[in-house]
Amino acid sequence: MIPVETTERIHHTNLNDNNAEVMIRLQNINKVYRTDTVETLAINNISLNIDKGEFLSIMGPSGCGKSTLLNIMGLLDNPTKGEVSIDKQDTTKLNDKKLAAFRNRKLGFIFQSYHLINDLKVLDNVELPLLYRNSTAKERRQLATEALEKVGLSNRMKHFPTQLSGGQKQRVAIARAIVGQPEIILADEPTGNLDSAMGNEIMEILLQLNERDGTTIVMVTHDENMARKTHRLVRLFDGSQVQ
Amino acid sequence: MLKNYFKIAIAVLKRRKFFTFISLFGISFTLTILIVITAFIDNVASANYPEVNRDRSLYINELRQKATKTSGQMNSPASFWYLDTYVRTLKTPAKVAISSMFAATNSYVNNKKLVINLKYTNDQFWDVIEYNFIEGKPYTSQQIKNGERVAVISEDTKKSYFGDVPSVVGKYIEADNVQYRVSGVVKSVPVTMLVSYADLFVPYTVSKVDYKHKSLMGQYTAVLLANSKDDFPKIQAEYAAVVSKIKPDNKDFDVFVSRAEPYVESYLGGSPIGDPESGKLWKLKFFGYIFALLFMLLPTLNLININISRIMERSSEIGVRKAFGASGMTLVGQFVVENIILTLLGTIIAIVLSFIILQIINNGDLIANLHLTINLTVLYYSLLACLVFGLLSGVYPAWRMSRLQVVTALKAQ
Ligand SMILES: Nc1ncnc2c1ncn2[C@@H]1O[C@H](COP(=O)(O)OP(=O)(O)OP(=O)(O)O)[C@@H](O)[C@H]1O
Ligand SMILES: [Mg+2]
Repeated sequence: MIPVETTERIHHTNLNDNNAEVMIRLQNINKVYRTDTVETLAINNISLNIDKGEFLSIMGPSGCGKSTLLNIMGLLDNPTKGEVSIDKQDTTKLNDKKLAAFRNRKLGFIFQSYHLINDLKVLDNVELPLLYRNSTAKERRQLATEALEKVGLSNRMKHFPTQLSGGQKQRVAIARAIVGQPEIILADEPTGNLDSAMGNEIMEILLQLNERDGTTIVMVTHDENMARKTHRLVRLFDGSQVQ
Repeated sequence: MLKNYFKIAIAVLKRRKFFTFISLFGISFTLTILIVITAFIDNVASANYPEVNRDRSLYINELRQKATKTSGQMNSPASFWYLDTYVRTLKTPAKVAISSMFAATNSYVNNKKLVINLKYTNDQFWDVIEYNFIEGKPYTSQQIKNGERVAVISEDTKKSYFGDVPSVVGKYIEADNVQYRVSGVVKSVPVTMLVSYADLFVPYTVSKVDYKHKSLMGQYTAVLLANSKDDFPKIQAEYAAVVSKIKPDNKDFDVFVSRAEPYVESYLGGSPIGDPESGKLWKLKFFGYIFALLFMLLPTLNLININISRIMERSSEIGVRKAFGASGMTLVGQFVVENIILTLLGTIIAIVLSFIILQIINNGDLIANLHLTINLTVLYYSLLACLVFGLLSGVYPAWRMSRLQVVTALKAQ
């Protein structure tokens, strides 16, 4: 199991200095959802810079646009207006193939509802991101095993997702997000479905990733305690940034 | 990559057992029926033992006398006299085989009745139809001229009449109270070979029906052997010129029609499923292809349907794969591989099934001496059709799914 640190975490106060390198730059992002009857302004003109190595949390009431914003950052959704740059790359200029390669190398996702592939064993689920880059079966196996060890699940490799508990599924999802060693991890309520003990464990893994490997992490959460452990908190209300 | 496609394909096919079964059943059932039907058509219609020269032969199976006023007509095979007078004398064919339709006669072996199908032939019959002689040889033109009671019998007849004896040449066989001396034994022919099938072959000169009788209609068929297929127009033109001078011999009729046509046309061309005016088979072929197409359409629609629901159901998987770096093309590839595996499995099952069914037909008593084989051309085309349909039915839904926004794919569940 993962050791839980008890000492106060030291916040990096100089992360938002002008010297720090910007990892994710959102400029005047708008997202409008149109259905037959209503038009929802899910994101209202948000501009945000997230530095390399920063651990940012996003909070706000349900339906305020947190997931939408995270998906836009992760290039899973297109903004209606505005630009997304990741690691100085303007992502609007990428075609489908380049975009796929870019997501593969730079980004790792952790979804609130896990989104594991039930037809695949745990190990194959974790190997998934490596399938879409040049790697041998042996390398994939080794990296996936290491990732599963990091989340403390090396004894469940041959199981199918349906045979796991919620917390175990989320740890598989984390292993899958980190196996390709992406520079950015985007987590949408990673502890939302878990009890507080399991939630703390997951949080510890994320904090370690951020501290040891310098991974940039953006996490949506409803939990003030979790948010307090991160470097910076952004609050949304009705699609606008309020803090 | 391919190995992983394969892995997930198998996993998916295994998990969705019912749908896999339905698709496989649809594909293999249809293919099996097509393969068996075409094997049968192929066997009946194409050049096979002993009618190996069928591709360069024209057949005269039917004479027709018509009345323009009442539009009444009479169809019948020709008389020996007609074929001997108007057909054997043609200059363009290399050889002309004349033989009667087989007729059942009775014979008795150890007081047990045996039905023997008898056929009268001329001498060139033995050159045009290439039988394998197990022993002896055919009767000669001299023997025919002399009206000798000699016979060629089939191997099956030899067994049923004489039993398991090494040689029967020179022995006598009785049919309809006539004794014939056996001059040769040929390998047996299935009854589907209308011209060459019989149990007992004897010279036309020993027939009880007067072969010199001058009437048009009778019981005989002619096979006109050409030097090559290219001679067909010449032969047909010469025969048409001869026919145009012949008047009906029945006073109720005023038009006489007869044509020399390739094998299948000669039987079906004049029938309602053919085209009685031209004697060609365009109608039959047209409807045959339409039928085959519609028949193939069934499993295809089934497959498309199943694929769409199967792929839509997996939109979340598509979303996940895209989120972790799969491009649209890669995903289309994955689904195409899955579909190809499915169709190939179906085809393999179909081949095995057809093989078993053909084996049963070949060994069964349904039609003796029939040897059906899988027609490779048909197999090739049905495989191709299955692959193409499989591809199309897999590519289209996969392509649509792969173009979805990742979030949309992830949410749709
Ligand atoms: N596909 C869609 N079509 C129409 N409206 C949508 C769509 N997706 C989201 N919305 C709307 O956009 C707004 C923001 O949704 P979003 O999922 O980002 O909220 P959230 O902050 O993540 O909420 P929660 O905390 O409940 O997950 C909501 O009002 C939602 O109804
Ligand atoms: Mg949300």
